[in-house]
Amino acid sequence: MATISFKKAQRWYPGADKPAVPGIDLDIRDGEFMVLVGPSGCGKSTTLRMLAGLEEVNDGQIFIGDREVTKLPPKDRDIAMVFQNYALYPHMSVADNMGFALKMAKMKPEERKQRVEEAARILNLTEYLERKPKALSGGQRQRVAMGRAIVRQPQVFCMDEPLSNLDAKMRVQTRTDIAKLQADLGITTVYVTHDQVEAMTMGDRVAVMKDGVLQQVDTPLALYDRPVNLFVAGFIGSPQMNLMGAHAKDGKAQIGDYLVPVDETAARKMSGDIVVGVRPEAWRVVGPDEGGLPVSVTVVEELGSDAFVYGTSGVEGTPNNIIVRVSARDTVHKGDTLHVTTDPRSVHVFDADSGDRLSD
Amino acid sequence: MTTPDKLIQMVIACALFFGVMAVILLLTQRLKSRSGERVQVAAFVAPALLLVAVGLLYPAVTTIYQSFLDRSLSESVGFDNYVKIFTDPSQVKVLRNTAIWVVLCPTLATLIGLVYAVLVDGSRFERLAKTMLFLPIAISLVGASIIWKFVYDYKASDQTQIGVLNALLQAIGVDTYRFLLTEPWNTLFLIVIFVWVQAGFAMTILSASIKAIPTEIIEAAKLDGVGGLKMFRYITVPSIRPALIVVLTTISIATLKVFDIVRTATGGNFGTSVLANEFYTQSFRAFERGLGAALGTLIFVLVLPIVIYNVRQMRKLEATR
Repeated sequence: MATISFKKAQRWYPGADKPAVPGIDLDIRDGEFMVLVGPSGCGKSTTLRMLAGLEEVNDGQIFIGDREVTKLPPKDRDIAMVFQNYALYPHMSVADNMGFALKMAKMKPEERKQRVEEAARILNLTEYLERKPKALSGGQRQRVAMGRAIVRQPQVFCMDEPLSNLDAKMRVQTRTDIAKLQADLGITTVYVTHDQVEAMTMGDRVAVMKDGVLQQVDTPLALYDRPVNLFVAGFIGSPQMNLMGAHAKDGKAQIGDYLVPVDETAARKMSGDIVVGVRPEAWRVVGPDEGGLPVSVTVVEELGSDAFVYGTSGVEGTPNNIIVRVSARDTVHKGDTLHVTTDPRSVHVFDADSGDRLSD
Repeated sequence: MTTPDKLIQMVIACALFFGVMAVILLLTQRLKSRSGERVQVAAFVAPALLLVAVGLLYPAVTTIYQSFLDRSLSESVGFDNYVKIFTDPSQVKVLRNTAIWVVLCPTLATLIGLVYAVLVDGSRFERLAKTMLFLPIAISLVGASIIWKFVYDYKASDQTQIGVLNALLQAIGVDTYRFLLTEPWNTLFLIVIFVWVQAGFAMTILSASIKAIPTEIIEAAKLDGVGGLKMFRYITVPSIRPALIVVLTTISIATLKVFDIVRTATGGNFGTSVLANEFYTQSFRAFERGLGAALGTLIFVLVLPIVIYNVRQMRKLEATR
């Protein structure tokens, strides 16, 4: 168990015009489950692979605990990794796959067997120990990959999109299993995913990346409630936050005739073109005369517990697509016009040029 | 027949072939039903089957039959020809040589190919290095043998050498050596020629197979603490096992049938003869046709199980892709 810290760690692929990761600074606490999330090509996998020693670090340093590992080969870093396609050794049985690292570390066969059996018990793999990976289902292979990581009792787990190759149902179940396992073992974990739902549900903290640069590192709820910029606001949350172009005038944000209520900090700081963000569930449906934002409904998604209304706001300029969560069933229909408003506390204001957060 | 006559004959033969195929195609195309499909299949397979029967099956059966006849193929001698192969000192030497060939060639060629493939994999000179080893495949075994005959060429120690090996020996002040005449080492020098040709084949197949190992598996192994020789032993070799077997068996088959090298380099003299060469010598030089047929049959019997195994492994190799 150990802390991890990246100090201006840089990875520049040979022949590329610019670094994949220009210089990342990130501190991960002992036993923490840290999720790196971002769109494809944002450098999250590269960052993980730098930690694992599979990518060269061109500049800066990486520490595990107080050991500098920047130049160490992968095997000396005491890291176990779970790969997206699991990377099981096809010619070895499940037991051999799981015990391979221990065998390479010259552990005694009895002790090795005991560790493998223990891991297999935790992961419900006992009856499959003699099988070859080929004879296992996707979910079972995923568990073997997990098992291979946990038998080593490493200081750090690295997981590179380990759920991507599972079907939707399996993914949700395994998501919980991994989070629980990690909490039980208490091993510092760095988990890479492009799926913000995975990031939100699994991470103690989440690091959002874009173009190789960290945008925000925070707890899932803090990311959701106070995104530091437009990118994070748009990336975290499903359905997406409504982001609408607006104009600041006398401490008020205007979208057409609709005056969006904003908090005091934002009112003080904003000027000119701004972007106003409201979560779908933060909208309140009001009567036509109460000065709300008019939304003409194009699609209604009924989910049973609640419903998402997709529509466009009928204001001048490019029409904004608006998503509203409504709790009542069967009250809104396609073609209706809905009037919605919100509270200052639920409004996120961003600068249109820099994308930075202006509200409190 | 003059050359123009031959050309005209060839054109007529080709035209006939296309004509017949066109007629078969047209006729079978009209049959639309399920049985029509079978007729179509038969129409395409039958000519090939016929040619295989006439060109392969019939001679094979005849050869096996003749292996039980005497030298002029007039009287049955039972198993005498086979007994001779396994008892006559000169024939036993042929068997011994063949055994040496079959043990050494596949192992050496595969080993060299494998080590070479691993060493050059990912290096800057990979393409050039691989081309160098692959080039001999483009040379016929006869050509290769002639090249190596020059390499092995012998002149007495006090004369100017034209063979590069003896020139080297002379340069370091050692007596020149009769590479192709000195028993039993001359067989080894012939084997070198074959390995020189086949190592490129082994390297090509194995290199492709090594490249097909998923990167993640190599990376996972690195994280598991594997490197260098251990990687080779625990990951690379097991991962390419099917390809290794295919290469080994394919070269074994080629080795059992080896003829050109021995024929060209020594003519099977100086105790270098192997089964295929002996088969030729007995049948067409010594006119021991019964014995020749027996030697041919023996090659067939030895090759057959390897071919079956080879085909099975190839299917497995394809299944893993």
